[in-house]
Amino acid sequence: MPSLKDLKNRIQSVKNTRKITKAMQMVAAAKLRRAQDAAEASRPYTERFNAVLGGLAASVGGSDSAPKLLSGTGSDQTHLLVVLTAERGLCGGFNANIAKLARVKAAELSAAGKTVKILTVGKKGRDAIKRDLGDLFIGHVDLTEVKRVGYDNAQDIARDILDRFDAAEFDVATIFYAKFVNVVTQIPTAQQIIPASFEGAEADGASTLYDYEPSEEAILADLLPRGVATQIFAALLENGASEQGARMSAMDNATRNAGDMIDKLTIEYNRSRQAVITNELIEIISGAEAL
Amino acid sequence: MANMMQFDLVSPERSLASLQVTAVQIPGADGDMTAMPGHAATLTSLRPGVVKVQSPEGEKAFVVTRGFAEISAESVSLIAEHAHVGSEVTKADLEDVLVAARTAAENAGAEDKDAAEKFVADMVDLLDAMD
Repeated sequence: MPSLKDLKNRIQSVKNTRKITKAMQMVAAAKLRRAQDAAEASRPYTERFNAVLGGLAASVGGSDSAPKLLSGTGSDQTHLLVVLTAERGLCGGFNANIAKLARVKAAELSAAGKTVKILTVGKKGRDAIKRDLGDLFIGHVDLTEVKRVGYDNAQDIARDILDRFDAAEFDVATIFYAKFVNVVTQIPTAQQIIPASFEGAEADGASTLYDYEPSEEAILADLLPRGVATQIFAALLENGASEQGARMSAMDNATRNAGDMIDKLTIEYNRSRQAVITNELIEIISGAEAL
Repeated sequence: MANMMQFDLVSPERSLASLQVTAVQIPGADGDMTAMPGHAATLTSLRPGVVKVQSPEGEKAFVVTRGFAEISAESVSLIAEHAHVGSEVTKADLEDVLVAARTAAENAGAEDKDAAEKFVADMVDLLDAMD
């Protein structure tokens, strides 16, 4: 039986924790709004880009001269998994879910006899898969210092990946991130970026006949690397919104749990206090009777 | 209206403009061109430069670096990697791009060298024009 003093301290400490989680929840809510705005703002670019690129890819894709980024290297022996996660924890299952998906995929590929390489973006994902797959790491991108993810960050990551592709370090690249659905649901997603795949994007672009300046192939060769950056940028933004959403609901839960705990402890505290008072009364009465 | 067309300028971070215009001057990779309503459908990549838009409310300018333009009879869509509103842009905004381009040009392999150097030259022209 803890003493009254202990209980009081305990209640105070849970109250402090609740204040912190409440504050974190509100900060996450504000950041979520910003992250969603950023994702919203980039959508027109991504949509148009993919429509045009999809159309171009559809018309050039079949020919032998199609760039490697589109047609692939002709083998799928070496896979690069790009795992995009957050730099901070305390966001529920967000990082763990992405890491899990990547781990499953890596195991699948290894079982099929493929070579797997892993590039991590974000500290938390790196920590999560380091133990199992640490020896497959070929690089890490640190975004700790970045306050707001910009297109430039995505471009840097894309450049890193493209350089490795040019150096024939891998044949297929897949990015892992969490798609934001709403505050309670974020879906861990795997998306193949090299060779580029366009599902559903072709309908719009392919129907119009364009004059190309310079040539069709030149534009396509120019656009494909940028398509990689665009996809990574979209994934980063989606991830940003997902992270804040996950943190918001995790902190909301934590706040509620702390509240429950305080209620329970308060009842226990009151009971103990009452017991002490009763005890004292009994002592006084029995003392008086003894006289 | 027959003599108007829809103009959109989007960058990855935001949508900068969406309005009805009468003509758009585009710094295409193979030279400047002006698109007016009824223009043949064209897809062109951009070099760094100034996009001039003429609308009933007057002329507007935007500074774009890399990107491409999709022109059709009724609309012009500029999809630019970096875009700034002409009146707000300062040289400092573009210096970073130039520095990055210079490094890229130095490190570029033989086949990309020309393109990278042309990009640097275009950037320098653009910065000079802003003085």
